Amino acid sequence: MILIHCPYCDEKRPEIEFAYAGQAHIARPVDPDSYSDEEWERFLFIRANPRGRHHERWRHSHGCGRFFNAVRDTVTDKFETTYKAGEPRK
Amino acid sequence: MTRFSALSLFAKALGAHQDWPEQWPDAAPKASYDAIIVGGGGHGLGAAYYLAKKYGITNVAVLEKGWIGGGNTGRNTTIIRSNYLYDESAHLYDHAVKLWDGLSQELNYNTMYSKRGVMMLAHNVHDIQSFKRHIHANRLNGVDNEWLTPEEAKAYCPPLNIAADARYPVLGAALQRRGGTARHDTVAWGYARAAAALGVDIIQNCTVTGIRRGADGAIEGVETTRGYIASKRVGVSAAGNTSVVMQMAGLDFPLESYPLQALVSEPIKPTFPCVVMSNTVHAYMSQSDKGELVIGAGTDQYVSYSQRGALHIVEHTLAAICEIFPIYRRVRMLRTWGGIVDVTPDRSPILGKTPVKGLYVNCGWGTGGFKATPGAGDLLAYTMAKDEPHRINAPFNLDRFRNGRLIDEAAAAAVAH
Amino acid sequence: MSGYRLPAGGRVDRNKPVSFTFDGKSYQGLAGDTLASALLANGISLFGRSFKYHRPRGVLAAGSEEPNALVSVLRGPGRFTPNLRATNVEIHDGLTATSQNRWPSLKTDFGAINDRLGMFFPAGFYNKTFMWPRSFWDRLYEPAIRKMAGLGDAPTEVDPDTYAATYAHCDLLIVGAGPAGLDAALEASGTGKRVILIDEQDEVGGGALADPALWAWLERSVKALNAAANVTILSRTTAFGYYHNNFIGAVQRLTDHLPENSQAPREKLWRIRAGEVLLAQGAIERPLVFDGNDTPGVMLSSAARIFANRYGVAVGKSLALMAVHDSGWHDVFALKKAGVGIAAIIDARDDIDEALQAEAAALGIAVHLSHSVIGVKGRHQVAAIEMCANGSDVRRTISCDALLMAGGWTPSVHLWSHSKGSLKWRDDLGAYVPDQPNENCRSIGACSGDWDFGKGAVFDVLPTPKDQARIKAFVDFQNDVTANDINLAVREGFRSIEHIKRYTTNGMATDQGKTSNLNGLQIASTALAKAVPDIGLTTFRPPYTPQTFGALAGHAKGALFQATRTTNIDGWAEENGAIFELVAQWRRARYFPKFGEDMHAAVNRECRAVRGSVGIFDASTLGKIEVVGPDAAEFLNRMYTNPWKALEPGRCRYGLLLKEDGFITDDGVSARLAPDRFHLTTTTGGAARVLNMMEDYLQTEWPDLNVWLTSTTEQYAVVALQGPNARKLLEPLVEGIDLSAEEFPHMAIREGHICGIPTRLFRVSFTGELGFEINVPTAYGRALWERLMADGAEYGITPYGTETMHVLRAEKGFIIVGQDTDGTVTPYDAGLDWAVGKKKPDFVGRRSLARPDIVAAGRRQLVGLLTEDSKMVLEEGAQIVADTNQPVPMTMIGHVTSSYWSETLGRSIAMALVANGHAMKGETIYVPMPEGTHKAVISSMVFYDQEGARLHV
Repeated sequence: MILIHCPYCDEKRPEIEFAYAGQAHIARPVDPDSYSDEEWERFLFIRANPRGRHHERWRHSHGCGRFFNAVRDTVTDKFETTYKAGEPRK
Repeated sequence: MTRFSALSLFAKALGAHQDWPEQWPDAAPKASYDAIIVGGGGHGLGAAYYLAKKYGITNVAVLEKGWIGGGNTGRNTTIIRSNYLYDESAHLYDHAVKLWDGLSQELNYNTMYSKRGVMMLAHNVHDIQSFKRHIHANRLNGVDNEWLTPEEAKAYCPPLNIAADARYPVLGAALQRRGGTARHDTVAWGYARAAAALGVDIIQNCTVTGIRRGADGAIEGVETTRGYIASKRVGVSAAGNTSVVMQMAGLDFPLESYPLQALVSEPIKPTFPCVVMSNTVHAYMSQSDKGELVIGAGTDQYVSYSQRGALHIVEHTLAAICEIFPIYRRVRMLRTWGGIVDVTPDRSPILGKTPVKGLYVNCGWGTGGFKATPGAGDLLAYTMAKDEPHRINAPFNLDRFRNGRLIDEAAAAAVAH
Repeated sequence: MSGYRLPAGGRVDRNKPVSFTFDGKSYQGLAGDTLASALLANGISLFGRSFKYHRPRGVLAAGSEEPNALVSVLRGPGRFTPNLRATNVEIHDGLTATSQNRWPSLKTDFGAINDRLGMFFPAGFYNKTFMWPRSFWDRLYEPAIRKMAGLGDAPTEVDPDTYAATYAHCDLLIVGAGPAGLDAALEASGTGKRVILIDEQDEVGGGALADPALWAWLERSVKALNAAANVTILSRTTAFGYYHNNFIGAVQRLTDHLPENSQAPREKLWRIRAGEVLLAQGAIERPLVFDGNDTPGVMLSSAARIFANRYGVAVGKSLALMAVHDSGWHDVFALKKAGVGIAAIIDARDDIDEALQAEAAALGIAVHLSHSVIGVKGRHQVAAIEMCANGSDVRRTISCDALLMAGGWTPSVHLWSHSKGSLKWRDDLGAYVPDQPNENCRSIGACSGDWDFGKGAVFDVLPTPKDQARIKAFVDFQNDVTANDINLAVREGFRSIEHIKRYTTNGMATDQGKTSNLNGLQIASTALAKAVPDIGLTTFRPPYTPQTFGALAGHAKGALFQATRTTNIDGWAEENGAIFELVAQWRRARYFPKFGEDMHAAVNRECRAVRGSVGIFDASTLGKIEVVGPDAAEFLNRMYTNPWKALEPGRCRYGLLLKEDGFITDDGVSARLAPDRFHLTTTTGGAARVLNMMEDYLQTEWPDLNVWLTSTTEQYAVVALQGPNARKLLEPLVEGIDLSAEEFPHMAIREGHICGIPTRLFRVSFTGELGFEINVPTAYGRALWERLMADGAEYGITPYGTETMHVLRAEKGFIIVGQDTDGTVTPYDAGLDWAVGKKKPDFVGRRSLARPDIVAAGRRQLVGLLTEDSKMVLEEGAQIVADTNQPVPMTMIGHVTSSYWSETLGRSIAMALVANGHAMKGETIYVPMPEGTHKAVISSMVFYDQEGARLHV
């Protein structure tokens, strides 16, 4: 069970307090109607899924309830950093 | 190819088994091939075999980064069934089940396909509605699947706890009698041996590091750790690593790779006659020919290539198994392991052409690819040979994520209201 | 005492005899014995039968690496455990153990015919045969294979024992309480660190337990550690898995060593999070590979020393040693000094330390250097060994009743490898040792390759003049894998060690290769003419030793497997005979049968009561979310398909929620209490999901919106009062709310009091009748319910359950998300166009509704169905076809989503998803069932009171 640092609580807590929430920094378009079907498909479904450095979202669902971002290596499962939603991509 | 039989086994035994030939040669890559399959799992090896056998394309290489069958082929819980809801899925998986039947004889390699029956447990009214929907759809599609009362389910699988006061009582079950299990490794080995006999090169320890495309965008070949190999037809059947390979061709894919764990118990004498699955409590189990209880656990929640899962997943799985089969609480877990499963947004596979000419893909089988092994191999071979999908795999195209024609079996099972 | 118990020595209590049975025969041992030591003391050498060839097997080792001596233990009904290692089973009075995998008896085993025919069953034989005739596989071959396979019997009864689980945290976790682990613990005991010391044996000490010279030190150390407040010692505890971020799983065995069964938990799962981990698991001695090395009486040299020094048991009267490592010499010297007869030392090496040779000579032990054992005589016990000078064919026989093997040592790197620490190969040890850590972890003592056992050489198979192809030299004892099997695998083209393992099953037995992996690697290395590091290493996987399902399940059993959520009114329902159903994690009353009623009779009665007078329903499980803030209306407007900004306070609206892919995910009626406050409801199963989804959008997409979301599902009990007499019953109980139709119309909310309890009173209806949903603080739910039941008696108030609720809503064509929709249904498919805000520029899922396939013809649309035979109730899930004469596979155009007998209408009704259904009103479709094909006509989904007259009263 991995340990995750919640940037809001500023504590490392066990994974069962958190819910994974998919790839990070995929912003919902302000005007979805302007998106072509291809662009909308990309927003909905296309994911980076890298072997290595991955930007992802977690929610401290059994803690403060906040969504935040993280950079984790998907081969070692080790976190490089976690940071608050809204902060620039790291 | 030395034909395998009781007779040849007897004859070789007299010579103390000193003159068995290699089952398949350890090939070194040639400069070019008519077709390349990336990924030496059951699916990829099957595709190579059918390319050679059915379509006469024998100048084929299978490139495997490690050892053949070492990915999900050798890590899964070997369940075979085809009682899927949608016509597209039912046809796809039933195509595979039909090929499983007789595969040992076709390959002259005993894949130990055992039609033990796959029973799926209903624990609430919603499950009943969903299973009945499957059963009726399967019946009209010519796929066997029948409803059992709790008592009939217990008669079919005596270790089952059907007490009405169980936390998740068994209200009935859907049984596919043709479903069952097979021996996973032998599927890869059997295909490898049969393909090699037809001229296919099985190349292990050969990692694809790049995909070369021509000025027109079409595939020209692949870069590998063992040098460049030219081919105008490349089929990618790399399961959890598909996204990484597709990136080499400049394609982003609707895939995510998750860790999936499984485990076996110590071997015990025959006690469990079939395969039982419970989606509601997240557990499934069968007993191998060796006597081990083979148990599938859930996926971890995050994407990962570590082939390493968390303990709490195993705890939950065994708690679920002990709820449904309380007589096994004293049985002991012998080994746990992890695989990487590639999951699409609608949980159905992608099998067909890609936007890159000459590049074909077979991926997204999630937690259920083993059962499709012969079918996926056959259909990938067809698609590569004809440069167009077979009608069975045509719906499993990439376009569906754009146009919305998803094949969402998981959503069809829906959630409790 | 039999002649195998040494006159003195050992840590067993010679004043405490213990009686036990093995295969029905009574024996005596001593307190402190394992089953293995006690049986050896009784002169028993035959313990079990091997997996494949059913060869007779004795004890190979003295610890948890034992592959051969597996037994079953029965402790009373339901307490049967197969496959226990006799070397780990502590004896107690009344212990009942049996051997396994033999019939009819251990000495006479019919399965041993496999051994005679062994030449026809090499590795992978089953891949090559049993294919003809094809039909024989299912009926004959496979059942026969299965019957032969397996080890112990399966349990057949429910285990009455309980299991516990806990979490623990420490600064330092030490795994292994041998000298290295104890030293580390002693050092840490003087610091402020919280220390946990774990050891799998019943007594801490590890290797020191077999070394009397260390016992005084051991006693002092244990005393000091017990006195240290910061140190916790867990014996009989196996650290079985090393997971991410220094998370270690361990199982403590609490009661199996006790003579009496008790209520106490049998085992306890420890989930330990450690700051630092020290692995001090020691090393395992390696067997040697030669013809007949599996004969009972052939065992590890270190094991014989443990049996003598720790248990006071001689494993034979006259022992021979086959060594390639100095450690065996030391073992034999110790045994000799303990009074055990030594026949000879045979060592395959020619260059042996002078001091060792001198000591052997001083002890009068015959020594044969550059010799190897090439065969063993005796079937159920060693009678003699055959040896030969390396490179010659001059054979010589030595009489002995046990043969010790000193093949060198394999560091236990299991947990290190679980943690993904890297390994490096050491040629001098012929073993892998820890290299770079992946966690805050160190490996110390023998498991790091650091030991004082002396030096040794590495052999794959001992030299022999015999035909190598025809000897039976075992590598994996339990799985009957021989050196020839590994050679065969290589010959057949299996080159990766993973392939060799899988083809031969080497290392896949219940010991997971503890004694076989390295020998297998060496043999494969020779066969492939490649260095060991070049052919790889199989992956170590948890658990280190097998662990019971029960321990891993822990407390999660029965009601504790997963909590069942119940409402405040649930107790009343139970007391009043409700039949329940499980919905998500909730249990809900499905119907309330009166004496003799089946479900249909009860539901018909409940339906009549609601339509005719008044019914009462517990709707507390509905999800509830309080949405508060100046931007609350804007937020809901973006989430739901329909417009929310213009909703006036005091009014309710049906909300439809899509996922971003355009498919319906939830619905519910929500109320605006104030300009900045909404009371949302969700489906019972959807509450948590909807809240999470809303939080996601709010926090990450629209952080500029000033809105707060709070789950209030469990804050309110909800009593639905439905039927023409609902108002009459309610009116006298309500304060501060005018219930008249004018002042309190359908789809309105008012706040006030009922029976003195504050309430949010909704005027809503999921039945089509005049109805109210009374929200009160949860604790008052049952009191309110009982008051309504009492006051409603004059109207014949009738409690109804979810089944009646389903029928009543279906009569009105109200959908149930998850039943009539399934995650592939859009609002248009469901006929909910009216709930989609056409003028809204955006809402969640809107863009997806414009995708090509979503706007294409042929989508499955929700419609009503009326069967031609009005008494015929279709089965939910039944499939629909347009042409009943087509062959299988048929083209299906839809399926029945809901289907009921409508007591109100005196006929059956159904809802269905049908391709292009909205354009097919009045058309006939067919439902082919096994018993015959049913005919039905597509209709409106609203079967009752189409104009809604009953609502607006």
